[in-house]
Amino acid sequence: MSPETAIVAALAWPLAGALAISLTGRVSANAREAATLITAAGLIWIVWGLVPELLAGGRPAVALAEPIPGISIAFRIEPLGMLFAALASGLWLINSIYSIGYMRGNKEANQTRFYTCFAIALAATIGIAFAGNLLTLFLFYEVLTLSTYPLVAHKGDGATVRSARVYLGLLLATSIGLLLPGIVWVYTAAGTGDFTPGGILAGHIASPELGLLLALFVFGVGKAAVMPVHRWLPAAMVAPTPVSALLHAVAVVKAGVFTITKVIVYIFGVDHLFSEPGSGWLLYAAAFTIVAASIVALRQTNLKRLLAYSTVAQLSYVIMAAAILKPLAEIGAAIHMVAHAFGKITLFFAAGAIYVASKKTELGQLRGIGRRMPWTMAAFTIGALSMIGVPPTGGFVSKWFILAGAFEADNFIAIFTIIASTALNAAYFLPILYMAWFEAPAKDDKPHGEAPPAAVAALTITAMLTLAFFLLNGPVIRLEQQLISGIAG
Amino acid sequence: MDNLLAQLPALQVVVPFLTVPLVMLLKPRGFAWLAATATSVVCFAIAIAMTSAILQGAPLTYAMGGWPAPFGIALAVDAFSALLLLVITGASTLTLIGARASIDSQITDARQPLFYAAWLLALTGLSGIVVTADAFNIFVFMEISSLASYVLISGGPDRRALPSVFKYLVMGTIGATFYLIGVGLVYMMTGTLNLADMEARVHEVGDQSPILVAAGFITVGLALKAAVFPLHAWLPNAYTFAPHAVTAFLAACATKVALYVLIRFDFLVFQPNLVGHDTQFAYFLMPLAVLAIVVASAVALFERNLKRLLAYSSVAQIGYIMLGASLVNDAGLTASVVHIFNHALAKGALFLTVMALAMRFGDVSLDQLAGAARRAPWTMAAFVVAALSLIGVPGTAGFISKWYLVMAALDEGWLAIPLIATIAAGSLLAVAYVWRIIECTYFAPADGTEPTGHVPPLVTGVVLIAATANVYFGIFTALPTTLAAEAALALQEALP
Amino acid sequence: MLELLGYYNYWVFAVLLMVGLYAVITRGNLIKKLLGLSIFQSAVFLMYITMDKVAGGTAPILQPDLPDQIYSNPLPQVLILTAIVVGVSTTALGLALVVRIRETYGTVEEAEIYEQDARG
Repeated sequence: MSPETAIVAALAWPLAGALAISLTGRVSANAREAATLITAAGLIWIVWGLVPELLAGGRPAVALAEPIPGISIAFRIEPLGMLFAALASGLWLINSIYSIGYMRGNKEANQTRFYTCFAIALAATIGIAFAGNLLTLFLFYEVLTLSTYPLVAHKGDGATVRSARVYLGLLLATSIGLLLPGIVWVYTAAGTGDFTPGGILAGHIASPELGLLLALFVFGVGKAAVMPVHRWLPAAMVAPTPVSALLHAVAVVKAGVFTITKVIVYIFGVDHLFSEPGSGWLLYAAAFTIVAASIVALRQTNLKRLLAYSTVAQLSYVIMAAAILKPLAEIGAAIHMVAHAFGKITLFFAAGAIYVASKKTELGQLRGIGRRMPWTMAAFTIGALSMIGVPPTGGFVSKWFILAGAFEADNFIAIFTIIASTALNAAYFLPILYMAWFEAPAKDDKPHGEAPPAAVAALTITAMLTLAFFLLNGPVIRLEQQLISGIAG
Repeated sequence: MDNLLAQLPALQVVVPFLTVPLVMLLKPRGFAWLAATATSVVCFAIAIAMTSAILQGAPLTYAMGGWPAPFGIALAVDAFSALLLLVITGASTLTLIGARASIDSQITDARQPLFYAAWLLALTGLSGIVVTADAFNIFVFMEISSLASYVLISGGPDRRALPSVFKYLVMGTIGATFYLIGVGLVYMMTGTLNLADMEARVHEVGDQSPILVAAGFITVGLALKAAVFPLHAWLPNAYTFAPHAVTAFLAACATKVALYVLIRFDFLVFQPNLVGHDTQFAYFLMPLAVLAIVVASAVALFERNLKRLLAYSSVAQIGYIMLGASLVNDAGLTASVVHIFNHALAKGALFLTVMALAMRFGDVSLDQLAGAARRAPWTMAAFVVAALSLIGVPGTAGFISKWYLVMAALDEGWLAIPLIATIAAGSLLAVAYVWRIIECTYFAPADGTEPTGHVPPLVTGVVLIAATANVYFGIFTALPTTLAAEAALALQEALP
Repeated sequence: MLELLGYYNYWVFAVLLMVGLYAVITRGNLIKKLLGLSIFQSAVFLMYITMDKVAGGTAPILQPDLPDQIYSNPLPQVLILTAIVVGVSTTALGLALVVRIRETYGTVEEAEIYEQDARG
């Protein structure tokens, strides 16, 4: 399969899968779930097959149509997008295994709609990752928002629908009200919106307008959850846990920070942004979000909401890393997307497993749960350590790169933020671990065992990945080192 | 072949018109429908043939009765009219194909031949307005289409249609009469009724004030017909209580045709010849367009009847079309013409799904449609796609016109900011009112009773085709944008 | 002043137009509304007929033996013939609607119709 065909296939395959899922869903649940797994495995085969091409320096591109003269729906793979696509497709398979365990264990309704929308969301994620220009990216960004709405609103009761409304309203309002004007501005100023190594805005837009344009992008991409447009993320926690896990730890939120990183590297141009004074505020905004969200997380009593605010903070790590505007930090941003994805999906899987096995959702109920669910809580521990950034977990690697970049830029705000947030992360995760492992269960606690095997298997795999990423991160770093040549232009 | 091609502008009007008496006589069940549908298909084919001829070369003209313009009545088809013809005949054909079952349930058998005859008369009138190049002829065709529409709308079982149509009749007649006064004034000063000839002669007129008065009468009269805010009072009730098939047909094209005449008349005859008319035109219509977008969308937010909600959304969308035209520049006109096409796609598809839903559930109030998606998954999927196009989500046709509109607004300096804010606000309001429907149909629990209605597969097929068209023209946009760009160019050629 | 009065045809046109429009807007009775609409349309007919008059002109029937004959402009007359047909059709349709409304609602007063619909 030529790389160009592979791009089209990577988009079409999950959509075909969605159709297959919705059709087989009427026949039998087994056939439907088999279709999901086959689609996920096939997507991995297609997407990961593109990696060697990228490592060899290839940048496959394909243009599908030209809806507006001069602006086409086009795709072009570069290292950042490749990483994102590989990550999302890989974790989708694991997540599908977990979903089957979770959804069956919970006897959820409307499972066909669930798997169908999931497949469409993955197609949209691939579209975002491979997008060759701003319009294409925007197109799939909106498709992702719309296709995940039914997932968030899955339960369908009043409270869920209200939260889903916040989710949809905030994401659509920011994207139409801020992101789209930003994109139009880029097209009118630079005459193009193609992602170009070195950026396209140098010589077209300078400070102070540059700072404003950056703000349109940063706050327009609501999925990146930079405060104050983060409110949708805790709201979306009403979704079933597999949705929170894949979409709100991996696909949706990473689509947000990926978009911002990509725009900074390929539209603004790192050097252009670094030389302009109007862009400095982004670092402060990200740093503020990291600290503020960690403090809010400290005060949560619901496990999923705590994880949600932890996600808000971790996302801004990526944005802060990108905003340091040094090559090492850009690599750190890319790697943190991966490391955080492994860690956070493990945490969400564990939270979901606890819910399926025991219906527990609050932190106070977790006393002594480590003895009843040893596998789940072991994985949870690994995930939590990765969030804090303790070796030997993946979180340590990315923090290392971000810190290295921050030192290169002599950026002490970034350094202090990282130190402060590490302390805060420890402050809200370690008590949970202590409670789970070393305290005795409450007296009135009903006995329960582990979660369904499919769920346990999935979270064990992601926990292993979190550990493995500490050592076996070579290919990822090699891929992303190509970003440096991209930054140089 | 070339000979036939030259006759097509006349055939576009003559074919449906001559079938009218035939359809009236076809009493046996189903035959009237078959004849009307076949006629409509032929008209659609004629429109496609003319469009492809225009895309290749020169506009088509036809001198009625062999009398050359300006003495006889000339027919002229250019890119703008071809686009409108595609919309009119396409909407009629698609609706007729899918509408038989719905019409059977709403119109008694005895009246059906008359109903289809009125449908073809409406088709004749609407096509006639678009192909003719004669100002008075436009009036005649406008009244043919309007009278036929009154009959169609009042044909349904809902008695509230009657006072609604009466209101429409009064307001429509006032609009047409205003137009007639305007044409009379221009004729008085120039001695011609041919649009192209008027353009040449108006600036020879010494005293321009009657022309200015004529411009006022014509603009207001056509704005009434086109339901430009705040002259839209007739539209919501007429669309709500009309038979569902009629709503689908008229919502797709009736107001658009009045807008076509408004734009064409103003840009061909008045803009090049009246000093300062471009600013008058813009200052008059732009605030109305902005108000239409915001106010009508806000009203739609609180409607509980699906048809009325969509009708108010139409008023808002007409605002977008007027907004583009009121910018009086190339990009704005292109946006306006593209939106005529794209909005017809979206609203036609939406009202077709409403028709299908009404057949299944009996009523289209939101309360009745709670949980409808589980029972009519394909229809609701089509509804969602068309609604996304209405909002202007990328990947759908609606996005293309909004993009052009934003680009056009950007040429306007400081005005760009409020205009773009309006467009964004309108889109967000559209998100809100569409999402109320989606929440209700997808996530609200259905009441226990199983609806009794049945939707034939043909209807579902038509609905899905209409929805697919919204996606297709959101990605492969060459046809509407080329025609629109040519139309905008032609409209501006006369401008100084 | 006299010059303005000289255009009395146009004054009549304007007054009739306003009388018709006033009736349409203010009357609640549907039949009276239609009467107003007819007056409104007739005013426009008058405008067209007025403008076709050429000073000293006669009926536009070609007289080959009188080459210097001045004719009135025939075109507006033809136009207005068509417009009268349109007007009559509109009035007929409007009256037919009123008959149907009377049958279903039992009244031709606008306020009473809306009151009935509001009650459901």
